Amino acid sequence: MKKRKNDIMLVAAIGFIALLLWLIIYITRSEGAFVRVTVDGGEYGTYPLDADAEIFIRGDGAYNILVIKDGEAAVLDASCPDKLCMHQGKIRYDGQSIICLPNKVVVEIVGGGQSEYDAVTR
Amino acid sequence: MKKRLTGKEIAEYGLLISLAMVLSYVEYMIPFSVAVPGVKLGLANIVVIFALYRLGTFQAFVISLLRVLLMSFMFGNAFALMYSLSGALLSLCIMLVLRKTGRFSPVGVGAAGGVSHNIGQILCAMVLLETKRLIYYLPVLLISGTIAGIVIGVIAGILIKRLDPKQV
Repeated sequence: MKKRKNDIMLVAAIGFIALLLWLIIYITRSEGAFVRVTVDGGEYGTYPLDADAEIFIRGDGAYNILVIKDGEAAVLDASCPDKLCMHQGKIRYDGQSIICLPNKVVVEIVGGGQSEYDAVTR
Repeated sequence: MKKRLTGKEIAEYGLLISLAMVLSYVEYMIPFSVAVPGVKLGLANIVVIFALYRLGTFQAFVISLLRVLLMSFMFGNAFALMYSLSGALLSLCIMLVLRKTGRFSPVGVGAAGGVSHNIGQILCAMVLLETKRLIYYLPVLLISGTIAGIVIGVIAGILIKRLDPKQV
């Protein structure tokens, strides 16, 4: 049927765009130098990616444990109910982030590359 | 434009809006956590696609927007309302255009609806949080939105075929 063909074309086009976008992000990414932690919009601390560390992020009656190991950052444990931040995996490239909405914690990789966003905020 | 809603039409709206709300609630209850925020099934879209094919543009808009407003008033906050509204509106417009061309089945309409809902939400989040970094989530959301949209479209397609228009 003609409609089915159009449906398949549409889905294929979306898949292609997703792939292209992913490819662009993959190619243009650069390794970050620092991990910046923000709690409820305020800066909590910035830590170098090349030094292994375990950081206890204390929020308003909540906590997240951030681990930096082998140039990668990940959330090891958190007090939030959904644990989404723990499932977001390891981050190492400029601009990547781990977001814990319930605790209002944002962990992001900064520096290294020449991100326009950082140029504005600094 | 109609002057007045008949009793049957009011019942129709009430039934479909509450059905859409129940489906949103059911989805909210299912513990479904993926690393990327925004990945979801979009069960309520079944009702919207059904309305788009069986009732009409105006009805689909009313059902979708009232569902978003009522759900946000009951369970969300102003932020949640803005996210949902931007997703729902963009998704509705895209689905409407695809529906009007007459070249797509509910499956294609559903896929486009799922994807555009995610795009609308991420654009809204980028504006509200003033960060371009959320674009990193987009490839995953495009794929998840397509898959979820296809599932929803298939279900809506079956319903559109099985339910007699005169009995709705």
